[in-house]
Amino acid sequence: MIAFFIKRFFQAVVVMFVISLISFSIQDNLGDPLRELVGQAVSEEERQALRDEMGLNDPFLVQYARFASKAIQGDLGNSYFFKEPALEVILKKFPATMELVIGATLIIVCFSVPVGVYSAIKPNGLFSKVVMGLSIVGISVPVFLTAIGLIYLFAIELGWMPSYGRGETTTILGFWESGFFTADGLMHLVLPSFTLASIMLPLFIRLIRAEMMEVLQSEYVKFAWAKGISPRRIYFLHALKNTMLPVITVGGVQIGTMVAYTILTETVFQWPGMGFLFLEAVNRVDTPLIVAYLIVVGAIFVVTNTLVDLIYGLVNPTVKLAGKK
Amino acid sequence: MTDSTMKMDAPPSTWQRFKESHFWHSFRIDRVAQISFAIFVLYVVMALSASFIAPFDPYDPSQIDILDSEIPPSWDDEGDERFLLGTDAQGRDMLSTILYGTRVSITIGICAVLLQAFLGIVIGLTAGYVGGRVDSLLMRIADIQLSFSTMMVAIIVLAVFQATFGTELYQELAMIMLILVIGIAEWPQYARTIRASVLAEKKKEYVDAARVMGFGRLRIMFRHILPNTLSPILVISTVQIANAIISEASLSFLGLGMPVSQPSLGSLISSGFEYIFSGAWWITVIPGLVLIVLVLVMNLLGDWMRDVLNPKLYKG
Amino acid sequence: MPLLEVNHLEVCFGLRSGSVKALRDVSFTLERGERLGVVGESGAGKSVLGFSILNLLSRPGFISSGHVNFEGKDLASLSPSELRSIRGNRISMIFQDPMMTLNPVLTIGDQMVECLLAHRKISMADAKRVALQKLKQVQIPSPEKRLDQYPHELSGGMRQRIVIAIGLLLDPDIIIADEPTTALDVTIQAEIMDLMLDLCEKNNVALILITHDLGVVSQVTQKMLVMYAGRIIEQGPTKEIINDAQHPYTQGLMNALPQMALPGQKLNQIRGSMPPLQNIPRGCAFNPRCEYAFETCKHNLPSFTQSGNCLVACHMVAEMKQVAAHKEEL
Repeated sequence: MIAFFIKRFFQAVVVMFVISLISFSIQDNLGDPLRELVGQAVSEEERQALRDEMGLNDPFLVQYARFASKAIQGDLGNSYFFKEPALEVILKKFPATMELVIGATLIIVCFSVPVGVYSAIKPNGLFSKVVMGLSIVGISVPVFLTAIGLIYLFAIELGWMPSYGRGETTTILGFWESGFFTADGLMHLVLPSFTLASIMLPLFIRLIRAEMMEVLQSEYVKFAWAKGISPRRIYFLHALKNTMLPVITVGGVQIGTMVAYTILTETVFQWPGMGFLFLEAVNRVDTPLIVAYLIVVGAIFVVTNTLVDLIYGLVNPTVKLAGKK
Repeated sequence: MTDSTMKMDAPPSTWQRFKESHFWHSFRIDRVAQISFAIFVLYVVMALSASFIAPFDPYDPSQIDILDSEIPPSWDDEGDERFLLGTDAQGRDMLSTILYGTRVSITIGICAVLLQAFLGIVIGLTAGYVGGRVDSLLMRIADIQLSFSTMMVAIIVLAVFQATFGTELYQELAMIMLILVIGIAEWPQYARTIRASVLAEKKKEYVDAARVMGFGRLRIMFRHILPNTLSPILVISTVQIANAIISEASLSFLGLGMPVSQPSLGSLISSGFEYIFSGAWWITVIPGLVLIVLVLVMNLLGDWMRDVLNPKLYKG
Repeated sequence: MPLLEVNHLEVCFGLRSGSVKALRDVSFTLERGERLGVVGESGAGKSVLGFSILNLLSRPGFISSGHVNFEGKDLASLSPSELRSIRGNRISMIFQDPMMTLNPVLTIGDQMVECLLAHRKISMADAKRVALQKLKQVQIPSPEKRLDQYPHELSGGMRQRIVIAIGLLLDPDIIIADEPTTALDVTIQAEIMDLMLDLCEKNNVALILITHDLGVVSQVTQKMLVMYAGRIIEQGPTKEIINDAQHPYTQGLMNALPQMALPGQKLNQIRGSMPPLQNIPRGCAFNPRCEYAFETCKHNLPSFTQSGNCLVACHMVAEMKQVAAHKEEL
């Protein structure tokens, strides 16, 4: 177990190193910190002097080293727009995005598993055909259109749900602004979560259905029937546990895609999360904020991949996590 | 015994072989495939002939009258029969903007996929045929690239590009940038598929025969092995075009794609979004439907092709 | 009343190209504690027969006609829940490859205990106790450890013993063993077979042994039936058939055994191969390969002739019997 974590830690360090290098190169070439600090009416010599003082004329590696050492301490510079530490600005919006992702994940799991399983048990039945048909439509509708469609239907025409923002939030644990604990907050979460879920839902349903259909043909499932085990146990334990293994693997890879799609979803719903912030930062050429976002996203990516591998190792007894007996 | 000369039938032409093939038969029975293909062809025709059949040129300022703005589609009470699908906020005819927009979307989709396919095929063929260290290296790179979602990479690259070069230069280069980004981001898909096929074909006898006859590596790769790996390429291509169109639409929607001066369907939807709240739903919904149908049709074709060409091989 | 009576069983597979009969007119009986061997080449229908007894045929296979009477009740017409109470409980089945038979993500203990809990109202602790007892019966070393282990942690021989133990968990009346030793090392095959024979004798469990290995059949079974292209072509006491096979196909099988050829001599083969089920010849299915075939064989299906204690489906045997009976009359 420990060996597993150590190995992953080193991998994470390598990944973060690469991400930080790329981020830093972006920062170096994008935007001019000087422009934000001083006005136009400053002479060229004074500018150069200021650049020397700020270390902006030093060689690349030196500047990078400085950047990296500050980054490890959590200092990623100040946002040009907000005039506050970039990392703090990003992390303040973290709960909003996180809750959106949690909402979407809950929806995906609660829907895709039963639907996938039932359509695999009767693959040629009406339910299965309807599900497959809907899932192709689902794949074909880009996420922002789903968002627009949902807003039009539920917010504008029917007026059941709000169309933007997070609504009322409460602060839990002293710093996490959560929308889960108020009715208003939950109402605001519904449409965005469904929108985000809609990207992955068809994929997971088809995947679970396909894997389950294969598993149901296997010898061990036949043996379970021969033992006289109840159908429910056969479908939901014998078959499902084997089905979920490749699903977990694929699901893990899709997490990276989810992050990109939060940007789109948050934009449509004006959801005050990291993605929306990132897009604004891009429009304002607020480089420290852009860089901070990339680094935070990179870290999330590494952590979730490690978690997925861990979960897979725990579920699949034939896989030995490095060091686990 | 009559002295008769043996007359051999000429070998079937390619067209005849196609007509008797499993592929064509499956197409003829499957109505969904036929309808999808017909719709796709319709789209392509419309897109290619946009300049001819569009009633207006929406990018010619002299043809736009701001007083014509936000007119609903012609079947609505307040509609105007000049504008079949209504007008947008600037007074441009929706039908025309959609025709031009579809052209842009399809062009980007197909070009991006051509780029992906080219890169992916070359790299996949090389990795599969040469093997060894080259193969491991290339596949490692592919794996790493696969773990970063295309959308994320595209957003970052385009964002940085736009911020660095400013909006004007960006607008001119937008189409090329989109094709490049989507094209380069997705080559691993093709590479992996081709490589798998190549590895399977490598073991077959005709490859040994070609080698013994002294053909060079390149020639064997491209002229002998490649034609036999075409069916998986065909299968993923339709889906990849659909995905490229969606990616471009999403990027344009975020403002990182095609500009308003040369909009794709995505940009049209984006610029129309705010008007949905004031009731002018058609500005965003109609281009949206056009986009959905296009992508849906391509996905259906892709699914059908996968079932026909080889049901078990491409689980993904 | 015999324990198991199969009457004119017919099994069809509904393929897209048309319906194919995998089993035709199969009839036999099995008494309590009796051991029956089902022999034939691959594709003859042996496994299909095994599965159809417990109605375990996978789509698109189904029983199209006939009866499978277990203690008088027709298994082919039972409801799913009634069938479930028989499976694993009164009649259990053992498959060929233990690596594929055991679920890789569940512990051995789980897979054994669930079988007990599915059929008896007992506590977990009691179920574990019974499981351990059966593991000891199949001579597995350190049985307590095994309950928490996963299939991939054990050797092939041990896995098959566990599968056999699962088969015996509820003290069934019949065990159907479908090629139980084919997937194992040659050295282990004999051990496993001895074990099965021992357990069946001690517990008076009837055995249906499906195999292509004539040697095993001769050692273990009391009765045997030979299948060809979905039909039984010879059945009777094992000793009689082994020593004096009547049907030309069975004779061919015996001759093909390596022991029947002299050193340095080519092995005897039956020329040709078994026809695919979609394309069975008219009349006697074996006639294209049979060196004794005559006109009737090409057109008429042979019915069973009694020869000694055996039943043989062969026109030539029927003819010879008639001639002999005629001679006696004279």
